[in-house]
Amino acid sequence: MVRVLKLELRGITKRFGSLLANDHIDVVVEPGQIHCLLGENGAGKSTLMNVLYGLYEPSEGEILIDDKPVSFRGPGDAMAAGIGMVHQHFMLVPVFTVAENVALGAETTKAGGFLNLEDTRQKIRQISDRYGFDVDPDALVEDLPVGVQQRVEIIKALVRDARVLILDEPTAVLTPQETDELLDIMRQLKSSGTSIVFISHKLREVKAVSDTITVIRRGKVVGSADPGDSTTALASMMVGRAVSLTLDKAPANPKEKTFQVKDLTVIAPNGQHTVDGISFEIARGEILAVAGVQGNGQTELTEAILGLQERVQGSIQLDNVELVGRSVKDVLNAGVGFVPEDRSVDGLIGTFSIAENLVLDRYDQPPFAKGISMSPAKVQENAKSRIDEFDVRTTSGLLAAGTLSGGNQQKVVMARELSRPLRLFIASQPTRGVDVGSIEFLHKRIVAERDQGTPVMIISTELDEVMELADRIAVLYKGKLVGIVPAGTGRDVLGLMMAGISPDDAASADRTGSAAADSRGTSSAEGGDHA
Amino acid sequence: MSATATSPLPGGGMPGTVPEAEAAQATSGKPVLWKTPVLLSVLGIVAFIFFGLMGSAQTARFGISTSEDFFQLPALEIPAMAGGIALSILMLGLAAYAVYLKTKSRPVAAWLTITFTVLFVAAFLLWVVGGARTPSISLAGLIAGSVTLAVPLVFGSLSGVLCERVGVVNIAIEGQLLGGAFTAAIVASITQNPFVGLLAAAVAGAAVSMVLAVFSIRYLVNQIIVGVVLNVLVSGVTGFLFSTVMQADKATFNSPPGLDIVEIPILSGIPILGPILFKQSVVGYLMYVAVIVVWVGLFKTKWGLRVRAVGEHPQAADTMGIKVNATRFWNVTLGGAIAGIGGSFFTLVAIDSFTKEISGGRGFIALAALIFGRWNPIGAFFAALLFGFADNLQSIVTIIGTPVPSQFMAMLPYLVTVLAVAGLVGRSRPPAASGIPYVKG
Repeated sequence: MVRVLKLELRGITKRFGSLLANDHIDVVVEPGQIHCLLGENGAGKSTLMNVLYGLYEPSEGEILIDDKPVSFRGPGDAMAAGIGMVHQHFMLVPVFTVAENVALGAETTKAGGFLNLEDTRQKIRQISDRYGFDVDPDALVEDLPVGVQQRVEIIKALVRDARVLILDEPTAVLTPQETDELLDIMRQLKSSGTSIVFISHKLREVKAVSDTITVIRRGKVVGSADPGDSTTALASMMVGRAVSLTLDKAPANPKEKTFQVKDLTVIAPNGQHTVDGISFEIARGEILAVAGVQGNGQTELTEAILGLQERVQGSIQLDNVELVGRSVKDVLNAGVGFVPEDRSVDGLIGTFSIAENLVLDRYDQPPFAKGISMSPAKVQENAKSRIDEFDVRTTSGLLAAGTLSGGNQQKVVMARELSRPLRLFIASQPTRGVDVGSIEFLHKRIVAERDQGTPVMIISTELDEVMELADRIAVLYKGKLVGIVPAGTGRDVLGLMMAGISPDDAASADRTGSAAADSRGTSSAEGGDHA
Repeated sequence: MSATATSPLPGGGMPGTVPEAEAAQATSGKPVLWKTPVLLSVLGIVAFIFFGLMGSAQTARFGISTSEDFFQLPALEIPAMAGGIALSILMLGLAAYAVYLKTKSRPVAAWLTITFTVLFVAAFLLWVVGGARTPSISLAGLIAGSVTLAVPLVFGSLSGVLCERVGVVNIAIEGQLLGGAFTAAIVASITQNPFVGLLAAAVAGAAVSMVLAVFSIRYLVNQIIVGVVLNVLVSGVTGFLFSTVMQADKATFNSPPGLDIVEIPILSGIPILGPILFKQSVVGYLMYVAVIVVWVGLFKTKWGLRVRAVGEHPQAADTMGIKVNATRFWNVTLGGAIAGIGGSFFTLVAIDSFTKEISGGRGFIALAALIFGRWNPIGAFFAALLFGFADNLQSIVTIIGTPVPSQFMAMLPYLVTVLAVAGLVGRSRPPAASGIPYVKG
């Protein structure tokens, strides 16, 4: 009954101008397999999948389905051929209901072109029941949690009878528990005959669920790997050189607690408490990592410290000086270094040069300014030494910052913030969208700042990063502090805390459920390599 | 009628999902501002002082039936001052409720704004009529005239709805109306057939729209700029042709046969509603048809679902195999055709010849109606009616001899526009991709 489908990409090449995004890529997806494309950000995985899905036309090469060449002029053709795709950024209309989103493009109609959404609702309920998705066809998409939105995307593909499902970085937005659920769904889909192309750079998940792994680096296939290979081996293959995934980090040597947050509440314009009565302290020479699923108050917390939020109650003290109510400039001058979560929006001015971006916080102070005029020579000099120190890959400090790769942009932001004496360092998503090689470097710099005796606060939605850097881990959920736990707390406990369960309950739930977690193979797969 | 008037408005979109939409807005992090409660309070106080305390001692008389109606209703006679005080106290009550809602951080509901507006207009009418030399006015005539003046506005705002719902901002409504008016006049004059003129007006409007579509979709030129330039261009071209061609031979080129009023027997005799619904020109009837067809099309059909998806999230539509830019192109063109028909109203129904700038900025009022109507065809229809009402009121009130200087009354439609769009719209949400060109990849 189920039509399985063999998919082959042969010699796919895609150029954007002079940029070679895909270079003669060959991939065969056998029927009923989970085939992982492993590669760093910018390796060309998404480009390849957009070619397969008909969004881009390949410059060279062909796509074969069941050994017959096909050509797609648009996603419509790809869908008709049985290919479905769940994009990294969801392709859902927020103001539409689930049913409207699923119907879009494949509407069933009554006479006269009138929509027949009842038909779509029924299909959604069928699929939802079959895989235990628990999706209400009449809910508005913008009201749904991210995990459920992702299921809506999967339903969209399944309603169109997809035999091959492409999942592009599907776990980037999920909690560890939601990730485990997704991996279960993938296995279920596989056993019902759907092939899956799983795009990821997260080794733990790849190892847990893949049947075959193809590694892509700089637009080329560099080989295939076995899910049983060690994490380090996979990482080295992905990056192209030996990488150490574990950070050499001396134990923290916490001194006096110079940064204190007490009963901090941030009120959004609609009256919602986005940060709700949080208290914590950070000692000099210590890293506090704040974990939590995106949108649980992390952004507002950092903005409140920086003075970017309007309605803040409670107290934030640095070196016994109250920061609440101060201007951003005052806060920066108090010695706060800040790496914002979205470097391209808040961290850099893309059209300014790298050199100018490196002095954005001190352009008006000596030696960069003399009275009302700036000193370009000094700015250049500064750029030169920062670029060397932070290994920013660029030919000149005069180039626009926007031309740099994500990793190098992040190095520029980090270089700026770390190039003056700090009393507090805050980094939000310090390595988001940064290649593995640069991650190593950035992490080392953060630890070095700690070892100089600066209190450091890291905000990250990547649990791996939190576990790697933290001396203590704080978990936020719906603006509240669920708890602060020591470094070395288990991934499952942290995952439960990220869903709002208190540390004690999470620990006991984890003890009773650990057998089940092990048998799923997801929670401990990486542990061996990592420890 | 009032049910259809209010129900499509609050959600700004899908009538079927209004409660969810409102719940979502309440929690979606959009701020609840002091703007609306403060504005309502100020207007309430203004109404109380001017329309209430300073109201005239005369009794205002509102005629409801006309002599042509097949049954007669008695005229309403209300003491101006007492009525004004009563209405403004009701308004202050509503304003107080809005303030209460704000203190609870809850948004002001659409029904409240609408009720307030109706009360304010009633109080204003009472004050103006009560203070006039002859304190008597025909309500039926006032409303029927409002609809007539609203016709081009409704067509114009429907054009805007179609364009913005698909993601293209249409500032060129004025140019489309003017182009339609000119073409209708010249073609109907030459062919001596008003229906050919009507058709030609649609083509002219569509042609103006196509220029907008090509530049904004194909060449990614800023849509606002293209729209503004088109308005100037159409104004210049029609003005030039008017003075060179039309005025040279008025008989041949600028004496279009008009479209007559078609009266539906019996039904047209219903008081108030009869003249509005059943005593219209072909263009007037087309207006009602267009409002309903566009509304049903947008919210009940496959075409509408795709159109709205393209305007909200073009990339999502693209990945579902919908041709984004083609959808945009044809929708913008269709919008232009509709505005063109609206333009023909000026030269085929209202006046029997073309003059320079005959559209007189109504394209911009239509744009305001579209926003006040929250990008919804039915909302835009009632918003356009409100502007038509203001327009008609100022001319009638000048005739009955109000103490208010006529220059001030002439400002009324524009004052209503500013207040409506700036103050009373609240948190309306335009289509997310409106004004943003779509480039693949």
